[in-house]
Amino acid sequence: MTTRECVRLATDVLVIGSGAAGMSAAIAADEADASVLLVDRSLIGRGGATVMAQMTVAVALGEEVPDDWRYHLADTIAAGRGLCDERLARILCENGPDAIRRLDQWRVGWARHADGRIRQAHAPGHDRPRCVYVDFLSTGPAVSSTLRGQVQRHVRIRRIGDLCVTDLVICDGTAAGAVGFSVSDGRPVAIEAKTVIVACGGLTRLYRRNSASANMGGDGYALALRAGAELVDMEFVQFFPIGHLAPRLIGMDPIMWDPFRYKLGGRLLNSELREFTDDYGVPEAGSYRVTRDLATYAILKEVEAGRGSPAGGVYLSFRHVPADRLREAFGPVIDRLAKNGIDLTRTDVEVAPIAHYHMGGIRVAPSLETRIANLFAAGEAIGGANGANRLSGNAITEALVFGRIAGEAAAGRAKRIGGSPWRDADAAAALELPASDGATSALNPAALIAELQALMASDVGPFRTEAGLQRALVQITRATASLGVAPPPSLGRFDTTRLDWFDLRNMLLVAHVVTQAALARTESRGAHQREDFPAMEDDWAVNQIVGLEHGRPVLTRVPVAALASEAAQ
Amino acid sequence: MTLAALLVIRRGAPGAERWDRFEVAFEPGQSVLDGLRRIRVEQDPSLAFRYSCINANACKECVMRVDGKTVYACIARLEPREMRLEPLPNKAWLRDLATEIAPPDERIDAVAPPRD
Repeated sequence: MTTRECVRLATDVLVIGSGAAGMSAAIAADEADASVLLVDRSLIGRGGATVMAQMTVAVALGEEVPDDWRYHLADTIAAGRGLCDERLARILCENGPDAIRRLDQWRVGWARHADGRIRQAHAPGHDRPRCVYVDFLSTGPAVSSTLRGQVQRHVRIRRIGDLCVTDLVICDGTAAGAVGFSVSDGRPVAIEAKTVIVACGGLTRLYRRNSASANMGGDGYALALRAGAELVDMEFVQFFPIGHLAPRLIGMDPIMWDPFRYKLGGRLLNSELREFTDDYGVPEAGSYRVTRDLATYAILKEVEAGRGSPAGGVYLSFRHVPADRLREAFGPVIDRLAKNGIDLTRTDVEVAPIAHYHMGGIRVAPSLETRIANLFAAGEAIGGANGANRLSGNAITEALVFGRIAGEAAAGRAKRIGGSPWRDADAAAALELPASDGATSALNPAALIAELQALMASDVGPFRTEAGLQRALVQITRATASLGVAPPPSLGRFDTTRLDWFDLRNMLLVAHVVTQAALARTESRGAHQREDFPAMEDDWAVNQIVGLEHGRPVLTRVPVAALASEAAQ
Repeated sequence: MTLAALLVIRRGAPGAERWDRFEVAFEPGQSVLDGLRRIRVEQDPSLAFRYSCINANACKECVMRVDGKTVYACIARLEPREMRLEPLPNKAWLRDLATEIAPPDERIDAVAPPRD
């Protein structure tokens, strides 16, 4: 093995991930006068899920009709099927309006009525119109670019892109920083920090069809788990029911159809060109507000019954909508569709469930701190607020709200403690991986990732059986063994084989945990559906948490955290 | 008959460059990025190029030259013919099709200049 010279950095607050949660955390920590280092394995503010969120943002602003965060909370808890950490859900809903108004002041460009009121759409699972958006599928890019501009204005925030964090460093049971490597030149990096915020999103990349960026491989979960923190609700992967399937469509987010479905009443049809959600006890009555888990169920059951579309989904049809209304609602999107050969007045598109979001994640207290002191987490990286099923529109809201709170908390803590407990001796083992070269091998990590994605889609998708989950565990264990214990030798600059190796290391650990939690939960609830245990069971109204013991993930059950009764009123 | 695209790609890094040819099967409507990702899985995992969002043209990372024109690989169509792919000519070359496109103050060099 050869060992390379290491880049050494130091900061009060280290923020890992630069989506909405990470950027919000960095801004808040800087405003609290801590020194901040914001790192991302991709470019700052461009990867992750936020930039892909072409959808809506749920917040009780009351611009359309009177609203209150308590109503938003009631809908969030109802969607979560009894598993929401109500304390976290409350924080999300209560702080949402401030977060959305702050972005408005930063000129994100929320769509407005002529009289100046912010427009709020009525999305599935909400009791009233509550979801703000930037028009024509621009919500995520607008949120990302607004936050990126604010991060740049907070000139003390140091930003480093193309920096892949491979492990957190824990000294005396306390977070002390992280190690990794620079993707652009291959140099190993050691970052000493007083506090660390993990904000690098979810795990949708574990699945073949997904709606997020290529860097959403569950790395935050793996980092936290290996550092000694716990994960919660890992069996709950949200599938987005109507991801685009066919015809091949480029330059568009695969989840683009949803807002148009609510705006225009797009119809879901099976191969007999018949609406079918009513058959599953989910009458839509023209409202198109069936929740995501129920829509996913109905679509997959139609496909299973042989009534799917040629590409393996169902049809989404706007043919009943006049061309001028399509143009009004879709705006420039109509032209982008035309470039892909799609004319909605004549043709239906094919849609199918795709992995979209992870309800589970790092277990945190309402302060956003994990069980490891000085280790915080925010955004999709945390679990709990959304229980067994996330309410439409809550993802960006939680990223903004939890990011800000984690940033404030981590900065406050950093200012109270003297220094990072970092000791080189404690970091040495973690640093060895990115700093050294394993043996040359014929391993193709890109192919192994593709195999894992296919396995997760077929055996750990929205519908699960004991046999499928057991099969997945065997395969994951085998793939983990083939990965070996050291990365392939470094080629230096932009070494994708090595990057894939580190990604796969995280993906396999997280896939194992998701599968293990899904196997243990012998009931069906929200996004976790067991074909062999189809009923929701009162006994299972508990959260499963996962921690590593002697390097192996171990599950335990804990009661769901409820609000004190006076707070819920 | 399966249609194939022939991607002729400028590989390597400054001082050690070469051109490699890859034949990839494709279905109509696919992007150049689809072809590149397929090469990594099926033929050569070391082929370097940037991408993050895959399909949405949101991250703007997959910018490269295709047949002499600067394009985003995620929205450039793959075609059943020979296509020449090169890194951006006006950015520092990292490896294969990946160039240094991060703003200068967001690079590790800004805080830790390389020694060599």
